[in-house]
Amino acid sequence: MPLGATTITLTIYVNLELISVITNDGRNIVGILKGFDQATNIILDESHERVYSTKEGVQQLVLDLYIIRGDNISIIGELDEELDASLDLSEARAHPLKPFIH
Amino acid sequence: MLFFSYFKDLVGREVTVELKNDLAIRGTLHSVDQYLNIKLENTRVVDQDKFPHMLSVRNCFIRGSVVRYVQLPPDGVDVDLLHDATRREARGG
Repeated sequence: MPLGATTITLTIYVNLELISVITNDGRNIVGILKGFDQATNIILDESHERVYSTKEGVQQLVLDLYIIRGDNISIIGELDEELDASLDLSEARAHPLKPFIH
Repeated sequence: MLFFSYFKDLVGREVTVELKNDLAIRGTLHSVDQYLNIKLENTRVVDQDKFPHMLSVRNCFIRGSVVRYVQLPPDGVDVDLLHDATRREARGG
């Protein structure tokens, strides 16, 4: 690592109630962060995928324990659970996120 | 290291990060690292109607490799300072 460089850690997210991950192919996976490394590989527990579509509300697919390779991760966000509970996902209509084109 | 130092000076400022999937996220720059990974606080998606996917996310980590643009505050750029720093970097530090 170059001198003076820092690496942002995800420590503050670990074992926090829920995090939301957006992958390079545009999928949105929500779960509990159990661990990560310097390549942003992550382990999620009790995870599910939220599938957005314009035809129907958000579908939630159970994935449970999941490891995501860092290469494939775009965004990791802390989910505000109160806010999340107040959203009516069955009413949410949206195009799925586009894949990231590098 | 020029851009890394440059972004470090912008910590605490409000920026908009546009990603390679057209999603734009606005928030306060919390930290940045040598990969130009970015952490934002008090985030909101610019077009929430089109992208409701992150409505309940208030702070996030963005992988540097997926960033297309970072829109800076207008007074966030000291051009003269950047000129000097660029010349210094080009000369090899």
